[in-house]
Amino acid sequence: MSYEAAVDEAGRPIKIVEGLPGVVADWSSDQQAFKRVPWGKAMMWIFLLSDTFIFSIFLTSYMTVRSSTVVPWPNSSEVFALTLFGHHIPLILIAIMTFILISSSGTMAMAVKFGYEKKRKITTFLMLLTALFGASFVGMQVFEWSKLILEEGVRPWGNPMGAAQFGATFFMITGFHGFHVSVGVILLLIVARKVWTGDLENMRPGFFTGRRGGYEIVEIVGLYWHFVDLVWVFIFAFFYLW
Amino acid sequence: MAIVTHDADEYVAPAAIPEMELYHPKTWLGRYVFSQDAKVIAIQYACTAIAIGLVALVMSLLIRVQLGWPGAFDFIDPSAYIQLVTMHGMIMVVYLLTALFLGGFGNYLIPLMVGARDMVFPYLNMLSFWVYFIAVLVLVASFFVPGGSSGAGWTLYPPQAILPGTPGSDGGIILMLVSLALFIVGFTMGGLNYVVTVLQARTRGMTLMRMPLTIWGIFMATVLALLAFPALFVSAIMMLLDKIIGTSFFMPAIISMGEQLDYSGGSPILFQHLFWFFGHPEVYIVALPAFGIVSDLLSIHARKNIFGYRMMVWAIIIIGALSFIVWAHHMYVSGMNPYFGFFFATTTLIIAVPTAIKVYNWVLTLWRGNIRLNVPMLFAIGFIFTFVNGGLTGLFLGNVTIDLPLSDTMFVVAHFHMVMAVSPVLVVFGAIYHWYPKMTGRMLDDTLGKFHFWVTFLGTYAIYYPMHYLGFLGVPRRYYALEGTNFIPESAASLNEFISIAAIVVGAVQLVFIYNLFISYYRGKEAGDNPWEATTLEWQTADTPPQHGNFGEQLPLVYRWAYDYGVPGATQDYIPQNVPPSKASSGVDNAE
Repeated sequence: MSYEAAVDEAGRPIKIVEGLPGVVADWSSDQQAFKRVPWGKAMMWIFLLSDTFIFSIFLTSYMTVRSSTVVPWPNSSEVFALTLFGHHIPLILIAIMTFILISSSGTMAMAVKFGYEKKRKITTFLMLLTALFGASFVGMQVFEWSKLILEEGVRPWGNPMGAAQFGATFFMITGFHGFHVSVGVILLLIVARKVWTGDLENMRPGFFTGRRGGYEIVEIVGLYWHFVDLVWVFIFAFFYLW
Repeated sequence: MAIVTHDADEYVAPAAIPEMELYHPKTWLGRYVFSQDAKVIAIQYACTAIAIGLVALVMSLLIRVQLGWPGAFDFIDPSAYIQLVTMHGMIMVVYLLTALFLGGFGNYLIPLMVGARDMVFPYLNMLSFWVYFIAVLVLVASFFVPGGSSGAGWTLYPPQAILPGTPGSDGGIILMLVSLALFIVGFTMGGLNYVVTVLQARTRGMTLMRMPLTIWGIFMATVLALLAFPALFVSAIMMLLDKIIGTSFFMPAIISMGEQLDYSGGSPILFQHLFWFFGHPEVYIVALPAFGIVSDLLSIHARKNIFGYRMMVWAIIIIGALSFIVWAHHMYVSGMNPYFGFFFATTTLIIAVPTAIKVYNWVLTLWRGNIRLNVPMLFAIGFIFTFVNGGLTGLFLGNVTIDLPLSDTMFVVAHFHMVMAVSPVLVVFGAIYHWYPKMTGRMLDDTLGKFHFWVTFLGTYAIYYPMHYLGFLGVPRRYYALEGTNFIPESAASLNEFISIAAIVVGAVQLVFIYNLFISYYRGKEAGDNPWEATTLEWQTADTPPQHGNFGEQLPLVYRWAYDYGVPGATQDYIPQNVPPSKASSGVDNAE
């Protein structure tokens, strides 16, 4: 599966056009609109576009109910504050969670780079590290949820601090995002195993799909992971900072 | 005039895509039930969709019986009536038309028409069907839960959809929402396949601007679905939460049957916005594949190239884009800001421009064509009539001031049945008559087909034409029976009776079609590889029906667009897409 040939099988040079005319040339050509882009990667981009709509609609609905409710909205700095070592620090848990998730994007990006260089050990390590960051993010989310539910008395249908929609939107949107992170962790573990065992180099067919994949699947998982991080930035901004 | 070749020489670019490794099942179960072959999945999708569609057809007949002869059947009480209306609408729009056009025709035609071995992710494609199948089962299950299926109207507007007093507000609405969410998950798996196959897995020489319009229509509809279904998915989740654990996304503070409920502060209008942000593109998810297929049917059976191919492609794309900014024209009576209505009325009327371009181009394709009045052609021409009719009433309803008095009357029912029920269904029939020979190797019976067409076509006019008039009289829709409505003349009842008789006749004639499908499978005339003398790739396969892998040893090379009919100087009146320029002409005059 080499896309490197600068000449075709008849020995004719393949014309490569750069920039905007290149985009036009690609889309006017046969076979592939995105040249040298594997099917799985194209699929992931389109899926993420669809998923973007899901999260946008979640956030738009949240903004709508928040701005239309007549009951005061709970003060997020207060609600999400923790008392650590005798200091009352607003948003500290979220700050740590955000830091961890953003860092995991860094380790993921490095995993993709080393994957394409076929350095199996370091790729596996970085992917497992990414998965660990993701899992600890979910773990802290569990802690955050249980604190809200058990100590603060926040429920999806109401809370002591203000508008009932606070709990409803919070649990729904962070829950949906946490689900995405969990799926990402599972995907990372599966692909990390494939990297470790060398399945990607031996082109061993997948268990379910029977499809043979190369190191591009590390990048595909990476795309998903970066997307989940990016979505978190928006949730963070709209939920905790507003 | 020179032969249209679209290529200076016979050079075809080398394969940039490696040959696809196909999954070859060894068992009967793997070949026909859990098949990963797009053609088998297509037939599974089509059969499931048609089966559930027949249930919805029977429901529509029961609705008509109640309207024509109120109270004739004891089991149709007001609750049952509104449940029938709800399920009929939802099944027809989502579970029949969307699934049939994209899951059925999309799966069958995309790989064949773009010259691919299969969809790019066959396993995901199989999952797509089975999740759809489960969604249908969940929907069917809702008939049997206590309280019955949902009676909220197909739009499922809260707060009434989930409050006691609405039929099916317990189990029915929950199963409906779960089923919709499952449908969307299943559809997304299939939709990713369709889009990536069209973009990334075409054969050599198949540029986007050489694709048949069928593929353009299905492709654009899939893109719309991938972007519009999220709105329905999210609103289904939120309504489920409102119903099951008592959140208040869509529920305002409300007093129901003298009791203050626990809900407070939610926005029912938010649901309407979300629903129609899905709902309007949904109209085009159904219409665009129909547009594409009908373009091909007209061109093939008129033996003429489609008029204005590029314009047709751009019209599909523009209609698709515009369909995302017109949704609130379904909500003129929701009490929104007049300027809002002004904006949405304007965008709605702008859609008429690309749509009219398409209609003119269809008519111009017929003009001076060598028209063969085969059954698919009859349905295609029938589509133009019903679509223009439904489109014109759309202009009425798109304007705020005219919509207000007509809203929620039979006029609306007539409009959308004409434009997005009858029109796409006529195309479905045309397409089945057209591609059945490829799917089975046998022709459908011509006489039965013509009978089916004429009764269906004239019958739908008998049903929906008088309905416009009832709407002008002010007959409301979704009403079980009329009482104390002195402004409606007595004759409206006779008209309703007439409509019901027409509906029963049309419904009964569909049995002839089903009979035809079965009998022709065994007794139909042998079709051969290319009975319609068409140019597109699915008719150039080595076997009919095509084998696993579609094209045998080698994938076809494409040298031309899909519409080389009646080319001057050519040996035949059609030149298949995979015929190189040197073999296409008679050699008499190539360079005129």
